Order: sequence, then structure tokens, then C-alpha cells
Amino acid sequence: MNALEIAARVRSGERSAVSVTEEALTAIAARNGELNVFVHVEGESALERAAAVDAAVAAGRDPGILAGVPVGLKDNLCQTGVPTTCGSRILSGWRPPYTATAVERLLAAGAVPVGKTNMDEFAMGSSTETSAYGPTRNPLNPTRVPGGSSGGSAAAVAAGMVPVALGSDTGGSIRQPAALCGLVGIKPTYGLVSRYGLVAFASSLDQIGPLARSVADAAASLEAIAGHDPRDSTSLPGPAPALIAHLDQGVAGRRIGIVRELVEGADPEVVAAVAGAAEVLAAAGATLSEVSIPELRLGLSAYYLIAPAEASSNLARYDGVRFGLRVAGSDITEMYVATRTAGFGAEVKRRIMLGTYALSAGYYDAYYGQALKVRTVMIEAFERAYASADLLLGATAPSEAFALGAKVSDPMAMYLSDVFTIPTNLSGHAAISVPFGSGASGLPLGVQLLGPARSEERLVAAAAVVEAGRGVPGA
Amino acid sequence: MSELTRDDVAKVARLARLHLTEEELDRFTGQLAQVLDHANDLRALDLTGVAPTAHPVDLGTVVRADEVRPGLVRDAFLSAAPQPEDGRFAVPRILGEEP
Repeated sequence: MNALEIAARVRSGERSAVSVTEEALTAIAARNGELNVFVHVEGESALERAAAVDAAVAAGRDPGILAGVPVGLKDNLCQTGVPTTCGSRILSGWRPPYTATAVERLLAAGAVPVGKTNMDEFAMGSSTETSAYGPTRNPLNPTRVPGGSSGGSAAAVAAGMVPVALGSDTGGSIRQPAALCGLVGIKPTYGLVSRYGLVAFASSLDQIGPLARSVADAAASLEAIAGHDPRDSTSLPGPAPALIAHLDQGVAGRRIGIVRELVEGADPEVVAAVAGAAEVLAAAGATLSEVSIPELRLGLSAYYLIAPAEASSNLARYDGVRFGLRVAGSDITEMYVATRTAGFGAEVKRRIMLGTYALSAGYYDAYYGQALKVRTVMIEAFERAYASADLLLGATAPSEAFALGAKVSDPMAMYLSDVFTIPTNLSGHAAISVPFGSGASGLPLGVQLLGPARSEERLVAAAAVVEAGRGVPGA
Repeated sequence: MSELTRDDVAKVARLARLHLTEEELDRFTGQLAQVLDHANDLRALDLTGVAPTAHPVDLGTVVRADEVRPGLVRDAFLSAAPQPEDGRFAVPRILGEEP
């Protein structure tokens, strides 16, 4: 059942939130051993929260638009007292003493968090295989990856354990797993959702967003968590956009550009899916045109300097003093080295070293400084494209879900999984992945709609059109 | 090709407070050089006069009213630390020899 259907029944008293939560916990227990989706299940507190939702309904109060909806939380989102590992040994056993704003807002909307979902360590990866707690498997085909880094959140929804889960997207970590698991995933405009309580990876790129089975559920969840938060100094001013109200606005008269650079190099089935989605949008009254934004080709290189540079700085805090793991050493420097060497996995070490190198004396201008200038060039290129297009269309990922182990020993091949999603993180704009078509082995594919900052209302309206059209013959 | 050497990687690991085995040094040198090679397409661009973007949103310096209000509780943070002691984070000796 979808989130909004559950909430409607709970709010009307037709179903109890407790029974919905019990169902979710049963679904998790049934497949978590096989798929490794949740790294921590929060059963008891979820049932207590569900009972409070039912009590509110019985007392005639409205518990909110997500009343009684079980949700999964990516394990980099803090919830007071609930273990938060970021998929890393270095945070094993750490229980945060505060709750992320996005989680607080879900709770305020009546949602029931049922646990923490697996992720690539510190969100560094595109397959959920770099987790210290083992890989997550794709529920649609357990020999394949679910994508990443929010692969646990995607698998939780795709396996029917929860209708909605929160993820975080630094270079595609919501949209790519959504595409690989046949879900809707939104990377909101930078600053639309507070990052307070999200463990930092690359602070100028990270955004929290929803993964769901339908555009409506994703839109409702984003509407619930968005809006200004004084606890995040990069939070945009103003309230949450009215996404639910825009779901049926359609695309009549919209100008949509199909971006050559966001399709090139993709599998033929992916190229066909983007063409099919374009036909659906055109049939609904949008004006489609092909555009080229060559600057987007620079995105991958710029990202793999900027994100590691920010990560090397953010992850300096894991020193064995204040959180999680400490490995003894004879003096404090040896303690730092022993803790970090034992606590971080190979991918995190690679990125820390890459970032440290890109920021080091003698290389700063050539690598990090140059990447920041490329970021400006890309933002200006997007702005030129949005002068003649309301939205852009491309692929989300270059292929369907790949096999476990296929890319783990080749970091560059793994990084290329995010080639179509990275530009939107660098620009700070918004994008949504919607399921459309299928790959060579029958697994789902996603198409990506991109818009300028704060274009979420337009994006969900267009995504709803694509979603409604995906069953059309030939699509 | 990137000019990244094994010694560079060893130096960066020391700066980042990481210990690498000999085998890891070899493997990471190759992998990091591959990523830096990919970044050479950026180094080749002439971007003279282009302003850098460090952050997508320019909100300036955000300040709040200077009012006393409850913050997070010290003991809650300390209890989540590996070795809390007397209201502080205890660490191995920093200065000098054992007394």
C-alpha cells in the first residue's frame, strides 16, 4: 500500500497505525536476512509511536499527512538514542543525542520510523557494497546491487517493507538507487531540506530527500520535511513548496530539453526509455527539443575533486576522541592513526587521501581551485539552458542494476555510475528520477527530470505525467 | 599521466592520519592516479578570470539573536564518547614523558 493510502485510512480510523507498523516489521523480518536492508530495526519505539498516532485519531486530533506511515531512515540521519553508523565501523555503537530536523518533521507529520537502512560507508559509493555491515541486495534480483549510496532505503521500499524512506544525495545517491530499484527519488534544491542531523559527507553537495513507489508519496514526504530551519545556516528561507497541490498540474505548454550529455554512453534500453518518456511528455502537451550542454561532461572530474576535498575535511572529526570507535595508541597521534586505520574502509580512505592531495600545497590551484571554477562554468551553462527550457530530461543511470561485485575493484567504473546525476549536485538545483522502461534483463530503469533551483512543483507535476504514461504501449 | 607517486600517497596518508600497508600503498597509488588522470581534462582548461564556486547558495553570514536558550546537554555527548572522564574527553598523554 502507498503512503498516502495508509495515512488516509489511519486518519479516518479505518486502519490502526499499530497494525500497519506490525505489518512493516513482519515484512522486514521476512527478508532482511537475505537482503541486508536494515542495519538496525527500531521495533519497540515504532510500535509506541504508532500507538500514539492511534490515540490521537481516537481523540479526534489529526496526526498529520503521513499518519501511521512506516518509514526507513538512511543510517546517516540522526534520531535521538538510535544507533547511527553511516555504514562505518568508526561510528559503531554511537547513539546520537539529538534528532535531525528532517526526521523531526516526519515525526511531526505522523510518520513512524522503523529503523536505519544500510548505506555505502559515509555515503561514498554507488552500490551499497562499501558498507562495513555487508552489501545490500536488490530485492528485484538479489544477485544485483540496489545502487547506492542510499541502497538500503531503496531496497526497503522496493521490497515492500516501508512505503517511503529517506536518503541523502551528494552525487546521485537518492536518484541512482531509485532508478535501479524501480522507485521515485528526489534530490531537492540545495538548502530546501535542513541538513541538521545529517552526518556530513560533502557539505556543499549533500541534500536529504525521499524514495517512494509513487510520485505522490515522494512529493508528500518532501513537502513534510522541507522548509527553512534556523539550525542549518545553509537552509533556504521560506516554507516548504506546495507539492501535493501541484501533482496534477500537467506539462501543457512546458518547454522540456532532452540533454544529449545526459543520455550519451548509456545502454540502448536507457536511451530508448528517455525517448519514450519524451513522447509521453509531448503527448501531454509539452514542447520537447534536443539540447546540448557540453560543460556537463566536466562534472564527473570536478565532483571527484570537490567531494573528496570536502570529505577529507569533514571526516577529520573521526579521531577516536568524541564518538564511536577508539583504538589504543601509546600517544595521541598513534591513537588517531590506529583508530582511523581500523575504523575506515578502503573507499573512505581513498577519498580522504584524494581530497587531502587535492587540497595540499602545490596542488590546490591545479585541482581543487580549478574544480571550483568548473563548478561556476557548469552553473552558468545550466542557467543558459534554463533560459529556453522549463525543465530538462535525461537518463538517471547509464545502465540497469549491475551484478554484486562487478565494480568493487575498479573505483573509476563505479564513479561513472553517477555521471548523469552529479551535475545537479554541483549546481545545487533539483532533480527527480522516475521509473520508465526496463533494461536488457528486465530490471527497471529510471529517467531523470531536472529543473532550476526551487522548481520542485514543476518537477513533480512532470514526473506524475511520466509515471502515468509508463504503461502506454511502446513505452 | 598523473605525476602522483607512491611517496606522495605515503605523505598524504600521514597527513590524513592513516596507516597504509605496502600492498595498500601500491594499490591506492594506481587507483588515485587513475582518478587524477581523469581530472586532467580540467587542468587543461583555461579558466582565467572565472570566479570559483565553493558553495551553490550564497546566503551570506547567517546570525541569530544573541539570546540565552537551552542547548544540547553536555552529559549526553560525553556519554556517547569512547572515554569520558570528569566531564571531559580523556585522551592519551599529549605532552612530555610519563611523570
